[in-house]
Amino acid sequence: MPTLAHYLLVSGGLFSIGLAGVLLRRNILIIFMGLELMLNAANLSLVAFSRFHLHDGLPGYNAQVLVFFIITVAAAEVAVGLAIIVALFRAKQTTHVEDLDILKF
Amino acid sequence: MSTLAAPWIILFTPLAAAAAILFVGQYSKPLSAGLAIGSAAIGCVLSWWLFAQPDPSESQQFPWIVIGEDLRIPIGVTVDHLSKVMLVVVTTIATIVFTYSLGYMKTEEGYWRYFAGLALFLFSMLGIVLADNFVMMFIFWELVGLSSYILIGHYFKKDSAADASKQAFIVNRVGDFGFLLGILFLWAATGTMMFGELTSDQEIARFAATPFYLTVACVLIFCGTVGKSAQMPLHVWLPNSMEGPTPVSSLLHAATMVAAGVYMLARIFPILEAAPHALDVIAWVGGITCFGAALMATQQDDIKRILAYSTISQLGYMVLGIASAPTPDVSMFHLFTHACFKCLLFLCAGSVIVGMHHEQNIWKMGALKNKMPFTFLAMVVGGMALSGCPPFSGYYSKDLIIAWAVFKYPFLGWLSVATAGLTAFYMVRLLVVVFLGKPKDDHAKHAMESPLVMLIPLACLALPSFMAGWPVIEGKFFRIEEPPHVPHVLHPVLLLLFAAGVVFAYLLYRRADKDPVSIPFFANRLYIDDLYDWMVKTIQDGGAAVLSWADRWIVDLLIVQVPSKIAWASGFVLRFLQIGNIQAYAFFFGAGVVGLLYLLIFR
Repeated sequence: MPTLAHYLLVSGGLFSIGLAGVLLRRNILIIFMGLELMLNAANLSLVAFSRFHLHDGLPGYNAQVLVFFIITVAAAEVAVGLAIIVALFRAKQTTHVEDLDILKF
Repeated sequence: MSTLAAPWIILFTPLAAAAAILFVGQYSKPLSAGLAIGSAAIGCVLSWWLFAQPDPSESQQFPWIVIGEDLRIPIGVTVDHLSKVMLVVVTTIATIVFTYSLGYMKTEEGYWRYFAGLALFLFSMLGIVLADNFVMMFIFWELVGLSSYILIGHYFKKDSAADASKQAFIVNRVGDFGFLLGILFLWAATGTMMFGELTSDQEIARFAATPFYLTVACVLIFCGTVGKSAQMPLHVWLPNSMEGPTPVSSLLHAATMVAAGVYMLARIFPILEAAPHALDVIAWVGGITCFGAALMATQQDDIKRILAYSTISQLGYMVLGIASAPTPDVSMFHLFTHACFKCLLFLCAGSVIVGMHHEQNIWKMGALKNKMPFTFLAMVVGGMALSGCPPFSGYYSKDLIIAWAVFKYPFLGWLSVATAGLTAFYMVRLLVVVFLGKPKDDHAKHAMESPLVMLIPLACLALPSFMAGWPVIEGKFFRIEEPPHVPHVLHPVLLLLFAAGVVFAYLLYRRADKDPVSIPFFANRLYIDDLYDWMVKTIQDGGAAVLSWADRWIVDLLIVQVPSKIAWASGFVLRFLQIGNIQAYAFFFGAGVVGLLYLLIFR
């Protein structure tokens, strides 16, 4: 029987993978996927806390409702983000972040 | 016509005239003069009519400023014996001087501007006379200052006139600051600004319970008089105000406006009586002014300045009279006679100046007696009235003040006796040098008598200057008291001093071509003007230099420049962190979060 700690370990692992992807990868699409992974790691830990944190024998549903909100907002955010990336690619013909560094001193 | 409406008509006719002149005056010279003279004449007729009526039992008021329960300031008029006499004096003198101006200003520039200023002045002065509360009086007090500023600066293209008008305005502000403080002191103690309530027995009794507070308040209010009535040490503006046209000097700076300070003291006389120490201060200022100004007058060379210093001296008498006599009527009596003869003297001086083609130095005149016999005669009447020659008007009013002063303040009283001798001396000096002897200048050889429009006002003033002091006439205007006992030698001494002054001046100046005596101390006006110059130059300019240094190095550098440079420098350093790599930013962000977590959890 998995416990809360197992779920949190998985969630932490997912978050670390996502963060590593954001920091280390150069392709902006992959960075974007890393971001999504971090969001879903947070979702996983929210659901896990909800499931293991019982009130009168029932899970705390507030956290699960919050997860739905996050998924919804994330979907909208992906749409916006991908649109920006498409526009960026049209302008610069590249998806590499090293080539996208004109906004500096 | 009711006695209730008359004061309002008297008050606002000149304002309406001033406004009308402002709009139409520039198109027609006779119209602007006519409007001004007409408004003064209406006021004059109504004032005399009002004077003959019994005092109205009720007074008319319109609420103006009402703030809560404590502050109620109406616009209202006081019609009592004091204000009626003053109304008569102001409007009558104004009518005469306005008429005289027709002749004097005939060829001068700014004709309509001049008459608009005169009408505005008349409105302001009548406002002071009729005001029934301190705030209203203060407003008109300042309006008088404004019209004085406008009229002194009539020849504003001349630097000296512009400076003189500025000086008059600024010096008066010094006194008015004290005046305003004094008004607020009285208001704080009683919660009312109304003269009627302030001078009621009940309020006086309440005042008398706090003598020190009352003394301070009265002295502060007296500051207003010191400024407006040119008492020492704020007298310096009055001689300089002679830069204005001569009728202005006559009306504003001799007969009426400068007497406003004395009138104000008379208005609040019951309060002053409850503050004997304040009266002491007033007496000393008045006594010293009357003596000091007479000393200065003995050595002046400008015909108008001699008269200006004599005005200061006579105002000193009035102020001394307020402090010494048990009724303000004593000073008001002198104000009344002084208004007649000093106005006359100035108008004569104006006639001489016109005859001399605007030469004012008495040492360039001489022998005008035959050229301008009528002016000479009028000026002798004025001079004798001023010097206190019996039975001219000044003899009665001045001797009365001197008698009261000797009775209450013996030292100041005898000082004012000495002043009477000096007055005769400098007045005869003026008359002898200007009208007798030899002509000392081409202008003096070819001087002409002034036109009739200027001579008739002289005649109108010469008559009251001669007669106004006679008990028959004086009894109609004033209720005066004689002091219970004065030294028996007083009146003989006064007559002796008068005779000595006349004879001494006549012998000394009969054949003089230039001043045979030279006392720089008097000629330089006791160095008071120089003292002020020095104060402005060292203290004010020094203070300004310090403040300028502080502005440049503390405000500009320390408060403005240094922080702006710090912000710029930190911005310059921090912008090297903007490297443009999105992953670096994410790393900084993550590191920051880790750092914050570390601080929150492990510290």
